[in-house]
Amino acid sequence: MKHTIAVLVENEFGVLSRVAGLFSGRGFNIDSLSVAPTNDETISRMTIVTRGDEQILEQITKQLNKLIDVIKVIDFTDESAIERELALIKVSAEDESRAEVLRIVDIFRAKIIDVTAKSYTIEATGAPAKIDAILELLRPLGLKELVRTGSIAIGRGAKGWKG
Amino acid sequence: MKMNGAKILLECLKLEGVDTIFGYPGGTVINIYDELFSFKDIHHILPRHEQAGVHAADGYARATGKVGVALATSGPGATNTVTGIATAYMDSIPLVVITGQVPTALIGNDAFQEVDIIGITRPCTKHSFLVKDVRDLATIVKEAFYIARTGRPGPVLIDLPKNVQVATTEFKYPDSVEIRGYKPTIEGHPKQVEKAVEMLLTAKKPVIYVGGGVILANAAEELTALARKLNVPVTTTLMGLGSFPETDPLSLGLLGMHGTYYANMAMTDCDLLLAIGARFDDRVTGKIATFATHAKIIHVDVDPTSIKKNVRVDLPIVGDVKDVLKQQLKFIEERADKVREFKQAIEPWLKEIDGWKAKHPLTYKQSTSVIKPQYVIQKLRELSDEDAIIATDVGQHQMWTAQFFGFTRPRTLLSSGGLGTMGYGLPAAMGAQAAFPDRQVIAICGDGGFQMNLQELATLVQNRLPVKICILNNNFLGMVRQWQELFFDKRYSSTCMELPIDFIKLAEAFGATGLQATKPDEVEATIKRAFNTPGPVLMEFKIAREEKVLPMVPAGASLNEMVLNA
Repeated sequence: MKHTIAVLVENEFGVLSRVAGLFSGRGFNIDSLSVAPTNDETISRMTIVTRGDEQILEQITKQLNKLIDVIKVIDFTDESAIERELALIKVSAEDESRAEVLRIVDIFRAKIIDVTAKSYTIEATGAPAKIDAILELLRPLGLKELVRTGSIAIGRGAKGWKG
Repeated sequence: MKMNGAKILLECLKLEGVDTIFGYPGGTVINIYDELFSFKDIHHILPRHEQAGVHAADGYARATGKVGVALATSGPGATNTVTGIATAYMDSIPLVVITGQVPTALIGNDAFQEVDIIGITRPCTKHSFLVKDVRDLATIVKEAFYIARTGRPGPVLIDLPKNVQVATTEFKYPDSVEIRGYKPTIEGHPKQVEKAVEMLLTAKKPVIYVGGGVILANAAEELTALARKLNVPVTTTLMGLGSFPETDPLSLGLLGMHGTYYANMAMTDCDLLLAIGARFDDRVTGKIATFATHAKIIHVDVDPTSIKKNVRVDLPIVGDVKDVLKQQLKFIEERADKVREFKQAIEPWLKEIDGWKAKHPLTYKQSTSVIKPQYVIQKLRELSDEDAIIATDVGQHQMWTAQFFGFTRPRTLLSSGGLGTMGYGLPAAMGAQAAFPDRQVIAICGDGGFQMNLQELATLVQNRLPVKICILNNNFLGMVRQWQELFFDKRYSSTCMELPIDFIKLAEAFGATGLQATKPDEVEATIKRAFNTPGPVLMEFKIAREEKVLPMVPAGASLNEMVLNA
């Protein structure tokens, strides 16, 4: 099962390697990981997308909590959080496919951020499934390069995790 | 007062109550050594290898319950500490290991004797610190000791660059520690504890399964009180030996791969398992699918990650083992009637266990011509002081010690359980003897493990540490040989040591006394002579070469599938 976990950590050197090392050392999966400082500059927030059954997920959250530099671990279930991802996509756009790319970009409310005679570079944001969908449509037209940020997530409702 | 980093480090150690450190000098710690030269409050012991230095600090920590401290230089000094750190990590032993590091300006430049020791030890330390600014040093040392000894204890590494040792600042030791990401749970949830007591009192076939956590938490007394109040049998892991007196009729001794028949049968058939400070290691559970299948499992541990890691748990209690046991005792006091009924209800179970004990007691075949290792262990127990500290290496002799010594007090067995580190015994004994100069300290080793750190004979002699070393010499790497005999058609690939070593001459070369026994009737006299000889003594016992450790649960088999005679 796929899980999205937010981890608030001390914004210090070596913390990323502790978290990444925990996953690799114990054989846990990382599908994606994104990290940046929060509003409180002493704290960074990681969003980790991982997979495993209930027992593995319990171990992952417990092991993360055990790291001295980890301040808080939030395991989001599907309904409780909003997830977004950003993708930069360079796609071939020549002759008749130029119009097709534009149509797809329009449907997905994406943006063209760079143009050449032979290509478009697209900025797309949305839930990871939406990014997957636009990629599926663009792939047959000639995908030249792809960068995805990995998911970031925030809980629904009024409650906020400081940091 | 303004001081340099090296002096600040020593002042901090002193304020943490450190009286002994085990260290090895080198280029990046020379400034610390220069301060040590005139620092009177800390006794420094120079081992002959950094690995032995960390094992000695570990032995010191296990024997005393205090944090052990080791010091090493950067590069090879630091990498030599790794096995010692991993050994302590697996057994949750509180250590602070300080390594020198190249000056901060050179870090990352592949400087002489530079190594990323923080990176190398990350998976085997509880936490680690690189000190970049001398103004952070005192706080870091305070935090390191706090992290090492609280919660589930473990080794903490401080990497201290040379320029930080030289830089000066105002020294002020913080009064308290505040780490927002580290708040170990101490108190067990009272509702959970009460539920556990209720659950326990409805059991018909209960067993208490105890690990090293009880010793680490200094909770042997509470555990013993609980077992005796309820008449519940107790089995211990290797790490738990000494937490419950094996002389007590409720003791089932060791469980697991080389555990007693009755302990493993009780584990298999019980209807309630109270696990305290234990982590369901594969050497303990055997095949998980058939492990305690009829039992409700209550698991008490200070580390939440231990719970439900390997086995399902019906009732988890996270908390300090001593605190939880105290709470349990209180709830039991309040339920005198129920306790009376409970004791009656478990009578048939205790009889069943007595039947197992009678059917297959822990035993071996005595010989009049060749020394049986089990006999040596029994004689050592008989002739040593009640509070003698035993350190072992890893292998057959370790299991024979665990089976036949009969431990009655906590912190009297020092053994590498989790990592299984050969070469641990001698330096660990050295650390314990440094902590307790007047107690009897005995290192029980095989001929293989002894040779992994035998250079420490020099440290013993130099520091007048009168450790008595007992080598059970079968000229084999015995445990692997046993596996080869049982599972690999006796193909003894590289397990025969072939070269016969003259251990008496070896001891004498270092200035220690060497003794040898080759026949059973020489065993007692040899031990007595060793105990009556001042200073370090090495006893070599030429034992039955192909003696096996039995019973044995083959790897991956169920606990009740023991090989009793082979």
